[in-house]
This record gives sequence, C-alpha cells and structure tokens, in this order.
Amino acid sequence: MFSFVVRRVLFAVPTIFVIIVLTFVLMHAAPGGPFDDLPDLDPEVLNNLRAAYHLDDPIWQQFVHYLSNLLRGDLGPSLVYRELTVNQIIATGLPVSITVGLSAMAIGLSIGLLCGIIAALRQNTAVDYAVMAAAMTGVAVPTFVTAPLLILVFGLYLAWLPISGWNGGQIQNLILPVTTLAIPKVAAIARITRGAMLEALHMDFVRTARAKGMPEHKVILRHVLRPVFIPVVSYLGPAIATVMTGSVIIEKIFGLPGIGRAFVDSAIDRDYPVVMGIVIVYAVFIVMLNLVADVLYGFLDPRIRQK
Amino acid sequence: MSTLGTMTSETPPAGRSLWRDAADRFVANRAAMISTGIMLTILVLAIIVPIWGPHALDEVYWDRMLVAPSLENHHWFGTDVNGRDMFARVFYGARISLTIGILTTLVALSIGVLYGAVAGFLGGRIGTVMMRMVDILYAVPALFLIIILISVFGNNFILVFISIGAVEWLTMARIVRGQTLSIREKDYVEAARAMGLSQLAILTRYIIPNVLGPVIVYVTLLIPINILVESYLSFLGLGVQEPYTSWGRLISQGTNEIEAGPWLLLIPSAFLTVTMFCFNFIGDGLRDALDPKDR
Repeated sequence: MFSFVVRRVLFAVPTIFVIIVLTFVLMHAAPGGPFDDLPDLDPEVLNNLRAAYHLDDPIWQQFVHYLSNLLRGDLGPSLVYRELTVNQIIATGLPVSITVGLSAMAIGLSIGLLCGIIAALRQNTAVDYAVMAAAMTGVAVPTFVTAPLLILVFGLYLAWLPISGWNGGQIQNLILPVTTLAIPKVAAIARITRGAMLEALHMDFVRTARAKGMPEHKVILRHVLRPVFIPVVSYLGPAIATVMTGSVIIEKIFGLPGIGRAFVDSAIDRDYPVVMGIVIVYAVFIVMLNLVADVLYGFLDPRIRQK
Repeated sequence: MSTLGTMTSETPPAGRSLWRDAADRFVANRAAMISTGIMLTILVLAIIVPIWGPHALDEVYWDRMLVAPSLENHHWFGTDVNGRDMFARVFYGARISLTIGILTTLVALSIGVLYGAVAGFLGGRIGTVMMRMVDILYAVPALFLIIILISVFGNNFILVFISIGAVEWLTMARIVRGQTLSIREKDYVEAARAMGLSQLAILTRYIIPNVLGPVIVYVTLLIPINILVESYLSFLGLGVQEPYTSWGRLISQGTNEIEAGPWLLLIPSAFLTVTMFCFNFIGDGLRDALDPKDR
C-alpha cells in the first residue's frame, strides 16, 4: 500500500511540471501582448514596462525566473490589475470557488448515493423508474440551461432567493449556484451507484451472506456497499474537474467573484500571469484530488494495489 | 463474380454479419430510433430553414421587437430584442452547433484513433510514454485549455473547432489503445496468427472491427459534449461572433432577456437539451447493439 501511494505521488510531480511548461509556452506563443490596448504609449515607457516584467528576456530565462518564483510561492504580478499580485487575486477568488464546488460535490455525493441505493433496492418499481428518469434528465440538461431556469423560477417568479452576487457567502446566495452545479453530479452518481449496486447484489458472496442467515440490512452495509464505492470513487476525480470547469460558467451567471470568472476575464485580457497562476492552482487541485481518489480506490479494491 | 467472391470471404460463415446483428438490435431499440428520428428532423430543418424559411437570419424588423411566439407574421418562435426572427436564428444556430459538434468530433477522432493505435501497436516503452502524456493532459480541465488556445490564437470559426478537437481526443486515444492491446492478446488472434494470417489481415479482420464498436459509441457521446463545449464558449463570448449564432449564443442572449422574453431562453434551451437527450439515447442504443457481451 505504501509503495502504491509513493508511486502515485511520484507521478503527480511531473504531471504538474508538464502542465506548467505547457501553459507557459502557450501563453508566450500568443501574438500580441498585454500592453497592446494602451493608447499611444511613449516607446520609452513601453520599453520600461516590458523590462520591468522581464518580457524582453529569452523565453527560457523567463521560464526559469517564473519557476524559481513559483517555488517560493510567488505567482508574480497581474499585468492588467497593476496593483494586485496573482496571489492576491487567487486568494480572494479561491475560497468562493472552493465553497461552491465542494458544497456541490458533497450534495452530489450524498444525495446521489442515496438515490442510487434506493433505486437499486427497489429495482423495476415506480421509485426506480422515477429516480432513473430524473437522473437521465440531470445528466442531459446543461448547467447553463439549468441556471437561468432556476433564476427564472426561484429568483424572479417566486422571488425566494437572490438571483446573483456573493454577499459574503450568505446561504441564500449559495443555494442556486450550488444546486445548479450539484444536479448533474447527483444524477451521474445515482446512475453509477445503481449500476454497481445491482451488480453487487448478484455476487456470490452476497448470496452466501444471505444463505447463512445474515439480516438484510447487514448484508447491504457489510457486503454490498463496499464494491459499490469503487466506481463512485473513481468517478470523483474527473467529476471534481468538471465541477471546477462548470464553476467558470456558474460564477459568470451568478456573478460570483471566484477564480473561474477571474480565469475567463484574464484569458480575454491576455493577463498571462493570472491565467497561468489559476491553471496551476486548478491543476494542483485536480492532481491532488485524483491522488486522493486513487489512494481510496486502492484502499477499497486490493487488486488495484498489485498492478 | 470475383467481387462477390471476396465479399463472401469477408463475412463469417454464419451468414449474418456482426454488423447486421447490431443494426437489427439498434432498430429494435425504441428510444434510440425515436432519438435518431428527432435528430434527423432537426438536421433537415437546420439545412432547409435558413434557405427557405420565411425570415432571414439577420433581417431586423424595427416594429416587431421582442414579439412572443405567434402565427402572425410567421414569427413562430417570436423575435429577439433586435427584432430578428427566432425561428430562423434557432435553426441557423442548429446548423452551427451541429456542424461544430460533428467537425470537432472528427478532429478528435482522427487524432485520438491515430495516437491510440500507434501507442497500442508500438506498445512497450514508447506506448507507455505516449499514454503518460495523455494522463498528464487529463489533469488540465479541457475547457481551460480551449479558452487558453482561443485567447492565444484569436477567435475564428476554424480555430474554435480545431481547439476543441485538439483537446477532446484524449479519451478516444485511451479507448483505441486499450482495445488494441487487449485484442492483440486474444486467443482468436493468436489462432489466426498460427494459421498464417498476415499482420495486415489480422489488423483489418479482427482488430479494426473490434476497435470500431467502442469508437462509434464514443463518437455519439463526444458530439453532444463538443456541442456543449462550443455552447460554453459562446456563452462566455468566446465562440461564434455576430451576425452568426449558435445555440449557446442564443441561450446566453436569452439569459440576458430572461424577464422581458423568456421564450428567447426557453426555445434554444429546449433544442439543446433535446439534442443532448437524443445523442445520449443513440449512444446507449449503439452500445447495447455493439456490445458483444450481450450476444
């Protein structure tokens, strides 16, 4: 188990490094720079600006410079918001994105598991069909369709909830964005859980457990659920990635000051350091969470560890 | 006669090819067939409405802004804030959304199949390194990479779909490589080799048909994903630009007019959602039809 974890960690480091190189090269391959839009800049001022941000150094030197700063935890200055550093932009946006993302994942996981288990236990009944039809809808309807519909119904017609804004993370401001993000996760997890559960219910060891007279709830808790968690856990890694990407849209629609919105805005403004900083933060998150999922996976299924 | 001869030698002696079998199973799947019908209808309308529809895509009716859907003046889907007919715009949007969905999938298909097949055939160290690259790229959220690509290389129609395709090939490569590797080791391939079948014959007769099934299924799942990605981009203002439009762009504009004209949001949303459903059902149908486990 220990060497399995070490191997996974060793894979995570070059992954993050390659992502840094990739985004760095891409951002610097861009024609046009961040100062193009400034009106009639004195060439001398422009040169000073470029020198101040090391934009005239050879690209490898800029990379080494960037990397050494990065290792000290410094993501550099923003080129557009001159008074802010990338660290500050991320520090203000990240808590918002994490709050929304993790709440959505937590809801998706708990309700999704519950619905999937109930549907499997009541296979081919009205309950099962209702859950599966709802799940199919949840998977098929895109979040940026759900979001305005929820706004229309709960924000405008019923006027129960605020339609946008963060407001310091008040619960009523969180409900709509989190619900929007959680719906496809609930749906997907319910489907996966139901499938895995049905498979597990027909396993020989479950029949054996029943045959020896074990009460049904114990059979479910002790034997059926463990293999059910395996596909769910392996879904969590990619799911977290889509929650993060989804948050870009959600933050835009609901006017949340998260890093997803900061990413889109700075990509449009060609604010390289902010874009790179956010991509690195996201990549680190995804790699770490995948790592956690992998380790959990190995813990739940001993066969994985051997490979 | 000679063409007939080669044809019969290609089909198994049972008389029914596996493809024929799969087609029968697909036709028997009601949800998948209805979905195929709906998608074909939308496709045909997307082709003919912009040509023969009652209104042009960018014709502005100054006296008829934000008209709710009605039979009057043939504004079946109403008009938008600028007084443009929504029926024309929705089907023009269908054209762009479906085209982008299909073209990007073709880009992803070519890159993914080639990459996966090479990695699978070479195997060994090179294959492993190639797949490690795929693993690494998986850690970058696709939408982010696409946004970077578009912001770096500028925003035009061709670049948008190349960027989407260039990012969405990863899963395809994994599927193809996995299939290739596992089929290469199968007993029947071993047997074919022992009987003296050439490498090329093994490739065309066993490996390609077996890889094709999962690839076709994934293609039907990738098309809606790519339509969605394009919609996301248009939603963020990075996709197609005026006067052109796509479902994503229409939904984005509809979101802004949510109080004044809910139909501007609801109609394109309904089309996008129905398309997502249909492709999901078609994909499920194809998977059931092509999965040899059920035979």
